[in-house]
Amino acid sequence: MSTPTVHSLWTTAAEPISKIDAPKIEYAQLSPTLIVIGAAVLGILVEAFVPRKSRYYVQAFLAIVALAAAFAAVVGLAAGGYGTTKAHIAAMGAIAVDGPALFLQGTILLAGLVSIFTFAERRLDPEVHGNRVDSFAAQAASVPGSDSEKAAIKAGFTTTEVFPLALFAIGGMLVFPAANDLLTLFIALEVFSLPLYLLCAVARRKRLMSQEAAVKYFLLGAFASAFTLFGIALLYGYAGSVSYATVASVVDGSVTTVDPALADTMGNDALLLIGMALVVMGLLFKVGAVPFHMWTPDVYQGAPTPVTGFMAAATKVAAFGALLRLLYVVLPGLRWDWRPVMWAVAIVTMLAGAIVAITQTDIKRLLAYSSIAHAGFILAGVIATSPDGVSSVLFYLAAYSFVTIGAFAVVTLVRDAGGEATHLSKWAGLGRRSPLVAAVFAVFLLAFAGIPLTSGFAGKFAVFKAAAEGGAGALVVVGVVSSAIAAFFYIRVIVLMFFSEPKADGPTVAVPSPLTMTTIGVGVAVTIVLGLAPQYFLDLAGQAGVFVR
Amino acid sequence: MENLIALLVAAPLLGAAVLLCGGRALDRVGHLLGTLLAAGSFVIAVVLFSDMLGKSPEDRTFSQHLFSWIPVEGFQADVAFQLDQLSMTFVLLISGVGTLIHIYSIGYMEHDERRRRFFGYLNLFLAAMLLLVLADNYLLLYVGWEGVGLASYLLIGFWQHKPSAATAAKKAFLVNRVGDMGLSIAIMLMFTTFGTFAFGPVLDSVGDTSEGKLTAIGLMLLLAACGKSAQVPLQSWLGDAMEGPTPVSALIHAATMVTAGVYLIVRSGAIFNAAPDAQLVVTIVGAVTLLFGAIVGCAKDDIKKALAGSTMSQIGYMVLAAGLGPIGYVFAIMHLVTHGFFKAGLFLGAGSVMHGMNDEVDMRKYGALRKYMPVTFVTFGLGYLAIIGFPGLSGFFSKDKIIEAAFAKGGTEGWILGSVALLGAAITAFYMTRVMIMTFFGEKRWQPDAEGHEPHPHESPSSMTIPMIVLAVGSVFAGGFFSIGDRFLNWLEPVTGHDHGHAPISAGVVTGATMVCLVIGVGIAWLQYGRREIPVVAPRGSLLTRAARRDLLQDDFNHVVLVRGGEHLTRSLVYVDHTLVDGVVNGTAASVGGLSGRLRKLQNGYVRSYAVSMFGGAAVIVAATLLMRAV
Repeated sequence: MSTPTVHSLWTTAAEPISKIDAPKIEYAQLSPTLIVIGAAVLGILVEAFVPRKSRYYVQAFLAIVALAAAFAAVVGLAAGGYGTTKAHIAAMGAIAVDGPALFLQGTILLAGLVSIFTFAERRLDPEVHGNRVDSFAAQAASVPGSDSEKAAIKAGFTTTEVFPLALFAIGGMLVFPAANDLLTLFIALEVFSLPLYLLCAVARRKRLMSQEAAVKYFLLGAFASAFTLFGIALLYGYAGSVSYATVASVVDGSVTTVDPALADTMGNDALLLIGMALVVMGLLFKVGAVPFHMWTPDVYQGAPTPVTGFMAAATKVAAFGALLRLLYVVLPGLRWDWRPVMWAVAIVTMLAGAIVAITQTDIKRLLAYSSIAHAGFILAGVIATSPDGVSSVLFYLAAYSFVTIGAFAVVTLVRDAGGEATHLSKWAGLGRRSPLVAAVFAVFLLAFAGIPLTSGFAGKFAVFKAAAEGGAGALVVVGVVSSAIAAFFYIRVIVLMFFSEPKADGPTVAVPSPLTMTTIGVGVAVTIVLGLAPQYFLDLAGQAGVFVR
Repeated sequence: MENLIALLVAAPLLGAAVLLCGGRALDRVGHLLGTLLAAGSFVIAVVLFSDMLGKSPEDRTFSQHLFSWIPVEGFQADVAFQLDQLSMTFVLLISGVGTLIHIYSIGYMEHDERRRRFFGYLNLFLAAMLLLVLADNYLLLYVGWEGVGLASYLLIGFWQHKPSAATAAKKAFLVNRVGDMGLSIAIMLMFTTFGTFAFGPVLDSVGDTSEGKLTAIGLMLLLAACGKSAQVPLQSWLGDAMEGPTPVSALIHAATMVTAGVYLIVRSGAIFNAAPDAQLVVTIVGAVTLLFGAIVGCAKDDIKKALAGSTMSQIGYMVLAAGLGPIGYVFAIMHLVTHGFFKAGLFLGAGSVMHGMNDEVDMRKYGALRKYMPVTFVTFGLGYLAIIGFPGLSGFFSKDKIIEAAFAKGGTEGWILGSVALLGAAITAFYMTRVMIMTFFGEKRWQPDAEGHEPHPHESPSSMTIPMIVLAVGSVFAGGFFSIGDRFLNWLEPVTGHDHGHAPISAGVVTGATMVCLVIGVGIAWLQYGRREIPVVAPRGSLLTRAARRDLLQDDFNHVVLVRGGEHLTRSLVYVDHTLVDGVVNGTAASVGGLSGRLRKLQNGYVRSYAVSMFGGAAVIVAATLLMRAV
């Protein structure tokens, strides 16, 4: 040490700069995301190089195989113990591989898979110029009603880009609940949001409405992202790091050293509180909690119905996953600050969703408000801040996803000359004409309403139980009251379908291909299995309910 | 040997299942099959009985555990049987009289096209009744209890094409529900008090229980007994139940089912012994019913309804005896058995008369039948002598004992109860003599039936007369057989216990007084009906007579108090429901709907409004978060 060292010209500084490590990436553990993103990139290449005629088949095949493979990878990781004993932080601290992440990724992948089936459905609309068509615009870029649109329709074009877009969105969603630093969180948010904005815009029918929905969603989404980003900046200012673990350590006071460059801001609680509120707000926007819910009905109504189903299910899973991780890993030390605010949000969300849904006349808007109310119920579980709270939320998300996708898949079947007949008055007497479809929809509605023997009951019970045990009894009371209000409009639809006279010019029920049938069948099966025997899956969620830090 | 117990129930149950599910194919043999299975049950009962006689009195309790019915933590219900001397007595009575009545029904129901179904119901009744007396716990007893109620309902309404029969069945069912409610409440009370409802544990742990609880249980059991055994105030159904075919009246509404209440009280003797207040109520109910039934029986011109009044009255005797406690239990059961013989015999006789008289039931249109139906006359006459307590016949022994026991109760109570029982004996003699004279003596007062057919009274076929003869033999000899050497007392005492009480007057005096009452009753009846012409159309009669013809206004009372009262209650409840409850509910719904309508206006479709809402929301959340910390 005492021997003077010969320094080169570049290393004469007083302190040697730290060595730059090559990033260590655990490819195998990130494989679910990598497979999906890889397939999405491949999908772009398919768009570029595969002849138009075979693109649909190649894209659908690619998407389905990729999602199935990614799901297999998730199952493999879970079986390998990465959900429990081997849970750790991968990719240089950017991504967590743990129980909640794997459980949510599995849910997102399965939900994505059954959604892709509805994306690929081509038997519902009548053939146009001898070409089978799906729910998406012939050429999204053509102006609605223009000659180029007509030409595209005549040529039998379809927007096969929806498959890679959906895969990108799913890829982002897979990262979102696993993100372990604030920047990864933000990037994942954008990666899954941008494709969704686009997907909303590409409906085949009612294109203007679809585009309006997409623009609204995009503008409000960008607005919310700005809040989130600002919040991240403030948190960085507070903690001197974007890593969850570091922020958490600063919050609970176990790290006291102050980065000299941030000496003015570090440890300033105002930054922490405002930053936390803004980041949480961005996530609440994504789950559709009041007062950040207003995009939901418009977007759900305008988007192509398969996209609505996908978005309603998968986005909620991803966003709640991220919210859980943020609140449980980063901000547990602050729970006395965020719990009262979240209480208020949950109460307002449950009540507003249920109450406004009562006067809805469009089935898609009705389901949108229903999803708002459900966001409130799930928030009740989030607020429990207990392991039971986590597992109940995980279970609820899984149960809710399949009910939602199934319900929207049924909506795609009920059609008249103008496409889907979404006005409720047209659903009158559906049970007389198509008892099976109406019965299936009734099952989904009962699950939404939380009637026993459906997954909805098991989920709601788990969430409310966790909330009550977590000291949020009042929240449970409000939850039950809103459930009662919500039951009114769900059951009203059932009454409408089964006990009203069918209208003479009522819609017909299209016979779908096995794809949509699979989606609906899986939805019904999951709804009933989780309703009859929830314990196995509750246990599974319980095992998966521990976050790694 | 004990494993045969389940067969007692299984045989008729199988019969019921086969006959009721078998369909038309069994129409030709159904009645024989039903009778055979009833007889099979009786044979098993006799086998078990002889086995029981071979054992010493302490070892005479057989039990058989069939399976665990509801095995839950803290709640154990078993399907298990207990056959002791008390159950054995009932089993023999039920299966014996039951078999006789099956045989009788072969002839009586010969021309009924639903005969197979009738036998199916009879078998169902036997199975349920045997289950009732064989159960080793109150819950299983309740199953049998409801089973006999069902069978009774089905059989009263067997001729459902007659509106009166359908109504009577419904009435019996409804009134019995009140009693059944009592039994179910009693069982619940037992469960909360003792943690079980098996006879053994419940009756053994009575000593450790407060008298208040026991009184409550006792009164609920009494309510149950009142329903099933047609005791005041739940007596109103029995008269109407005579709408059922006569064999049913004989078996169910005279000999067996209606005595289930007595069984229940005697079986639960330990509870009543420890609850003197409940016991007192039992005796009062018995005494009141005894007079009530007797008075009704005096005024009825319908032979079956007169007998029904008599049944009520005789069961009143049994309940009175059962309410006396250990002094009376044995005699209650003894009277029950002898009554089973003579009352079943009387009903079968009445059925035989109706059979010969174009189903006429009005005794004013009978008369002089002794010459035309000699067997019926003799058997009915023996039953008559037995029920009025003619010395040496069955009723003499059993009723006399009850009157003695009533006096032996001691004190004012004893005097009152004894006097009532004596008075009842006199009235019994009166109304039964009246029935006898109006039916078999005097001049012919026969009337053509509604279709103009003149009656041609004739003796019934042997399938009907043989059971009548057998029952008549029982009516004559059973009482003497039981009483000589205290056979019946010694037989039952291990189960029910016995106490001689402190009779204020000697047994001889009681017997003498009973004889005097008997002579007075018969004499008055003879003066009123034997010497004078009996008008075909009933005279107006005194106020009491008219009231008694209307069953002492029981239905009027029920209508005014219960039906009207109930109607007013429900009307006011409906009013409250419509105005208050619905008002609140609809008001809430309307206000939620209104709120919904206003809130949805916020959703105006403009992104700028949405963005403002988000911004406002974010501001509120940030402010609230900061405020939380500040506070």
